[in-house]
Amino acid sequence: MKRVVITGIGVYSCIGNNKEEARDGLYNGKCGIGIDPRRTEYGYRSPLTGIVPKPDLKGALNRRQRICLPEEGEYAYMATEEALKDAGVDMDYLEKNETGILYGNDSSSKAVIESHEICVEKKDTTLLGSGAIFQSMNSTVTMNLSTIYRLRGINMTISAACASGSHTIGLGAMFIRLGLQDMIVCGGAQETSYLSMASFDGLSAFSIRTDDPKKASRPFDKGRDGLIPSGGAATIILEEYEHAVKRGVHIYAEVAGYGFSSNGVHISQPSDEGSALAMIRALEDARMQPSDIDYINAHATSTVIGDTYEAMAINRIFGREKTPVSSTKGMTGHECWMSGASEIVYTLLMMQDSFIAPNINLEEPDEISKNLNIIAKTLDRKLDICLSNSFGFGGTNSALILKKL
Amino acid sequence: MNRKEIIEIVNKFLIEDIEVDPQALKEEAFLKENLGIDSLDFVDIVVVVEQNFGFKIKPEEMSKVKTLSQFYDYIEGKLKAS
Repeated sequence: MKRVVITGIGVYSCIGNNKEEARDGLYNGKCGIGIDPRRTEYGYRSPLTGIVPKPDLKGALNRRQRICLPEEGEYAYMATEEALKDAGVDMDYLEKNETGILYGNDSSSKAVIESHEICVEKKDTTLLGSGAIFQSMNSTVTMNLSTIYRLRGINMTISAACASGSHTIGLGAMFIRLGLQDMIVCGGAQETSYLSMASFDGLSAFSIRTDDPKKASRPFDKGRDGLIPSGGAATIILEEYEHAVKRGVHIYAEVAGYGFSSNGVHISQPSDEGSALAMIRALEDARMQPSDIDYINAHATSTVIGDTYEAMAINRIFGREKTPVSSTKGMTGHECWMSGASEIVYTLLMMQDSFIAPNINLEEPDEISKNLNIIAKTLDRKLDICLSNSFGFGGTNSALILKKL
Repeated sequence: MNRKEIIEIVNKFLIEDIEVDPQALKEEAFLKENLGIDSLDFVDIVVVVEQNFGFKIKPEEMSKVKTLSQFYDYIEGKLKAS
């Protein structure tokens, strides 16, 4: 089996539009959550969201490329530009070397809704324009990025709810381990338009702490009242170890373990057993013990049920070790389809600069979470091996272990 | 609307919406070969013509339109007939 390493990262999020900004945001406990007034007008119960600026791509991409990109595709382009540059990969490299793409995305609402509105008004599909179809498919990010970067390797979107981004890295690592690809662009993207989250808001799953948006996302805290939707994109360049050494590029970490599981029970409720199984399988895959893990980047989204089940699962496996845990979602909100990828980027930034980002807004942990070693304030700490959890609707679970070389 | 006004509107949306090189906008220019307008661009031209001139291009009629001059003629003819 070949070894898999990460040689480039890029991020476009509400706490930073590149990895340097995101690193500072993480270290300083910056919160990127605010209020979107259009949500209230539209009928949302909660107007809270991660605030992500629209990238200006005129000049960077031609008209055909821009017209086919939905907002999450624009975010993904920004993150991928940064990640490829970080990995020392240019168009000349991509022309000469087969490179794949596996990206997480699970919705593309705006183009679908706008097309519907045009059809209702005009009663004519030929007035939808040429970009609508390419913007509205779930695979929009991979179809766009693969043509922009002329990628000729594995090319598909992974849709696995809020674990999408994490599974792309696990699956990408499998392709490379088997010797099928030398390099794969992995990641996750999440739209942030008010058109994208109405049905999720309808579940009353979002926080309504509108008087203080920066305190609204409170993973593991007793006073939490729901998650905050957020988005952007994060890209991770996976590469075969010998290939990376030969190119002489910086290696952030090795993808040492990937564990997956499916709860097979409830469509929206998580499971401590399923979550634990993903973590156990990641440890087995990495041939590691719980004591080897220096830090756990929790999935914890700031919902009572999600945080509780994850805390139970972490406690079952890492309770004796008192492994440091934090959820970055107090700062970022829940980046949904992107989160599994962005949290790998966040974890790598922590590993690189030797710190644990704070689980902000933790004032009093709940009864289960108080058993965990949750890091509420930024902690300077050398990190060699870290685990990141991602869980999604439908009971899909993913856990990844990163190891510094 | 006279031909001069039609030319102004068409050239404006070809430059701004379709991003055609302004230097290439010559009456004898072929839409595909000289202006680089492909099949997907034609889908967007249907939309901008409807927005600017208020009528719907029929694909079978457009298949006979090869040059920019013929495109101006086509729009002029449709406007006169309406």
